[in-house]
Amino acid sequence: MAGVGSACLAVALLTAFYAVGASIYGARAGRREWITSGRRAIYCVAALAVTAFGLLEAAFLRSDFSFAIVAEGSSTSTPTFYKVTALWATQDGSLLLWVTLLSLFSTTVLFLTRRSLRDIAPYATAVLGCVAAFFLLLMVGWENPFDTLATPPADGAGLNPLLRHPAMMIHPPMLYTGYVGFSIPFAFCIGALVARRTGADWIRATRRFALIAWTFLGTGIMLGALWSYTELGWGGYWAWDPVENASLMPWLVGTAFLHSIMVQEKRGMLKVWNVSLICATFTLALLGTFLVRSGILDSIHAFGASTIGVQFLVFIGLVIALSAGLIISRLPQLRSQAKLDSLLSREAFFLLNNLVLVGLCLVILWGTFFPLISEAITGTEASVGPPWFDRLVVPLALVLVLLSGIGPVLAWRRFTPSALRRVLAAPLAAAALALVLLLALTNASDSPTSLAMFCLVAFVLTVVGQELWRGTAARRTMTGEPWPRALARLTGRNRRRYGGYLVHAGIAVLFLGVAASSAFVDQRDVRLRPGDSFEVNGYQVTYREATAKLGGDSAGTGAPISFGAVLDVRKDGKHYVMRPSRNYYASPDPSLGTISRFFEGEATSEVDVRWGLKRDLWLAVRPDISSLEKPIREADAKFANSPGNVQAFIVAALAERYRRDPPPAAFRAIASPLVMWIWIGGAIVVLGALVASWPSPEARLRRVRSLYSARLGQELSRA
Amino acid sequence: MDPTRKRRLRLVVALTAAVLLATALIYTSFSASTEASKPSELKPGRSYDLTGKVVNGSIRHAGDDLRFRVRDRDGTASVPVTYTGVVPDPFRDGREVIVSGELEHGTFVAERDSLVTKCPSKFTKDEQSS
Repeated sequence: MAGVGSACLAVALLTAFYAVGASIYGARAGRREWITSGRRAIYCVAALAVTAFGLLEAAFLRSDFSFAIVAEGSSTSTPTFYKVTALWATQDGSLLLWVTLLSLFSTTVLFLTRRSLRDIAPYATAVLGCVAAFFLLLMVGWENPFDTLATPPADGAGLNPLLRHPAMMIHPPMLYTGYVGFSIPFAFCIGALVARRTGADWIRATRRFALIAWTFLGTGIMLGALWSYTELGWGGYWAWDPVENASLMPWLVGTAFLHSIMVQEKRGMLKVWNVSLICATFTLALLGTFLVRSGILDSIHAFGASTIGVQFLVFIGLVIALSAGLIISRLPQLRSQAKLDSLLSREAFFLLNNLVLVGLCLVILWGTFFPLISEAITGTEASVGPPWFDRLVVPLALVLVLLSGIGPVLAWRRFTPSALRRVLAAPLAAAALALVLLLALTNASDSPTSLAMFCLVAFVLTVVGQELWRGTAARRTMTGEPWPRALARLTGRNRRRYGGYLVHAGIAVLFLGVAASSAFVDQRDVRLRPGDSFEVNGYQVTYREATAKLGGDSAGTGAPISFGAVLDVRKDGKHYVMRPSRNYYASPDPSLGTISRFFEGEATSEVDVRWGLKRDLWLAVRPDISSLEKPIREADAKFANSPGNVQAFIVAALAERYRRDPPPAAFRAIASPLVMWIWIGGAIVVLGALVASWPSPEARLRRVRSLYSARLGQELSRA
Repeated sequence: MDPTRKRRLRLVVALTAAVLLATALIYTSFSASTEASKPSELKPGRSYDLTGKVVNGSIRHAGDDLRFRVRDRDGTASVPVTYTGVVPDPFRDGREVIVSGELEHGTFVAERDSLVTKCPSKFTKDEQSS
């Protein structure tokens, strides 16, 4: 089967090259049949990539260890869910996922535009073919996921235990879908530039793809944060790690793009800016993939050194050089059709929000690559930590939230100060009220930046509420519908607008959680014996007893041993039980003793979180197994050659020994306010983006009509 | 004001703002950064991000403290480290770590919670070839 897979990839590579050649030739020579053939070649690439992906999935599911990738990333004892998802935990597998998603996206967009955008689509096909060819070339030339082992091992190494978390397995496909999705508007932008059709056609055709890509990328980032919070055992959700930053940068520039294309659609302005933004977004998406895969920057996520760093750099360099050259050569076609009428207009504020977003991205880019920059300038490798990021990003984020409140209420072209005062009166009053209440009733004044953020959140939420209220009220006076139906119809008729408002509200809620949990977190690290207790933020926590389970990990990760703790938590007369634990995975190192192998492998924290709208209580335990060292060493010597069931018995006895007489264990407890609202805000953002990208009935009608008129034209020209 | 002058003024203001921001970015990043160092290149009296590998068999728990030695990635020079705070899950003998702190009397005293362990390369191709 591995041969078939490799062949699929090789044929897909050739087909992608053919697609590039055929579409460019067809467009240059004006031969439509070649253009059609090039487009269909992309469909073939998708079919081949899906086949290869299916073959590899099948190998993972039946644990075929003759595939090198399966032997490395899976094992017979790996739970089925993680067998399926282990494919993209490896470098070559993730390249295959990239190319599969890319070819599917390309097929969808090319199919949808097959009867429109006749000038642009062939070049877009060529661009998409080039990107697919690059990733296929990486696999065929250097990182073939279908590499086989001459002597398959009896069992595989298993999936990295740190990755055994549902969020972590959905996170990479989400991120990749986001990265890949941005290649669609990029390809059509390049197509529009080559064909000198620089109107808003390419934007209208790919706007929805950009929004979907943005949604997936955002969801991926949120899931990564959730994974960090619940699996990494340190209790935070964001650490300004290079790989986190790499996913945030294209998202920020993509956000800017989604806003500024509206200016081009409505006013014919900012054309150079828009094409530059989408080229930057795509480059940053490639850079994101590269950073995860190259290990060029120190990061806990960068999985070892890579063999394909140079190829990636060359490709990124080519993308930057070619798109910059193309934009410069097309500058005359990219002139604005209108001028900024007033600084007090929606377009001016969109421009401002764009500058802040891009500035934010530049700050993060600089900080992420600072180790390389400083080594190049001063000769010593130095890095900037989270405090530096916080210092620069927090003010920019505050400005951004403020703008997200002002932007929606401004009119295009021009706005009078008195009208502005009228729409901003209620939101400003809400912000002022929030300020007074927070100062009077809470200790929010301890952190001025958080206090400012809380007021801005109140401001934005009031703006969004007010807009919904006004729209619904206006509709009610017109149609006399009841409130809920008027609201639903209003949103349904203006999906982009009200979806966008929802996204703004979601972002505000998310920042509420971030501001509260980063400034007012309460954390304690303690070492306890059973029976001891401690207090954190009014929670009375008592270590009741130790637990030791074999093969009974509650999270279903397939861990053979887990040691944990049972804790009683009391607050305000309420009582509940929390059970954090730590999983131990056997080490594959054969030089270790037969028993110590079980304890010397990877270990991961399985934290227990008591989720709450007001406050989370987060508990992690780190059992001290040093007391077992001596008996383990003795057992190593005694039972070196014993059969498996005897070894299992010994391990069970050791675990029981720990449970009966546990040495003091280290605990970390975090009481973090309003963290839940980060996830709720994220969900609202996704909901809003779904509303905005859902096709509205009018648009469908328009599409059917244009299709009909195109057919009519075709018939007429034939007759 | 005539439109050309107005536009030029706007450009100058925008460029000045950009230059100021860029300067702030560069200045703060260089002043806030910590230098990375191998164990063999540590000097007392300033703080570093120590990078290297955990020496096999050197990990000891002493109360709340964790003691271990870090050696050069490709060398034998090593330095003892004392550390308190959360220990990342992948922390083991032989793993590559980054920890911030300062050299005091021949011991690297680490800042609380500053230990970062890189993901083990066991799960990539390199290990198989090595």
